[in-house]
Amino acid sequence: MSLLTCKDFLHALNEYLDETQDAELRQEVEKHVNECPNCWVVFDTTRKTLKVFKGMEPQVIPPEVHGRLMERLQKKMAQRQKPAP
Amino acid sequence: MPPTTLHTEVNGDAALVARAQSGDPNAFEELIGRYERKVFRLARNITNNEHDAEDVLQETFLKAYSHLDGFQGNSKFYTWLVRIAVNEALMKLRKRKSDKTVSMDEGIDTGEETMVREIAVWDDDPEQRYSQEELKAILQDAVQNLRPAFRTVFVLRDIEELSTEETARLLDLSIPAVKSRLLRARLQLRERLTRLFKRKGDDVFAYM
Repeated sequence: MSLLTCKDFLHALNEYLDETQDAELRQEVEKHVNECPNCWVVFDTTRKTLKVFKGMEPQVIPPEVHGRLMERLQKKMAQRQKPAP
Repeated sequence: MPPTTLHTEVNGDAALVARAQSGDPNAFEELIGRYERKVFRLARNITNNEHDAEDVLQETFLKAYSHLDGFQGNSKFYTWLVRIAVNEALMKLRKRKSDKTVSMDEGIDTGEETMVREIAVWDDDPEQRYSQEELKAILQDAVQNLRPAFRTVFVLRDIEELSTEETARLLDLSIPAVKSRLLRARLQLRERLTRLFKRKGDDVFAYM
């Protein structure tokens, strides 16, 4: 029998997903999800939620946004180079 | 190739930074090319506003350029850049604090955010059902619907992959506070994505 209640499981889940080294806690989480189908679904879908976010490449920056950044930077660079010793 | 040590980054950032520090403008531009998309995403995720995100993007790189000589190479360049960007983005967020939707406070804890409502397995591969662009829009929308107090923690921990300690330091929060906000953010996102990704056949689009 798992010692965790479903509520305990949710809190332990956070640590589990953060790859806690606490072997006992990891074991408890795994035990709980093997015995509790609802928590297994929560476990699985939370893990997948993080996976889709982590796998996501950032969007390409709009060219005009990049252009304005470079414009400001070039001004700054020019200022810096002016008072050359 | 020289062996990788603590201070030599595999992807050559260290060499670029050194060149930029000695005044090579192309080197700094190359660093921008590498990281502008990530900085812009971070800024947009925290501020929830395109215009503010652009300001944050510019301020971050201008500050990085001005303070480049102070960068010691003890941390990775990107980590250093992220710290600047997070501070700039938080400043924007706090400036808009009069706007009631942008409170950084957690609000009253009703315990509701840790409730689980949607219990449904996902389609085998939700990533296949949507185009990359659609999926990006879905994820961005989901993050933007989180409260700022949860959103900032989630963005730093799970998107930028900063440590709990670093996140706590940047946001001036305790470690337990970071953990509890992260749990709530994760569970809320799970709810939202489950509504879209659950294996339910035809009516899945009814939720969109």
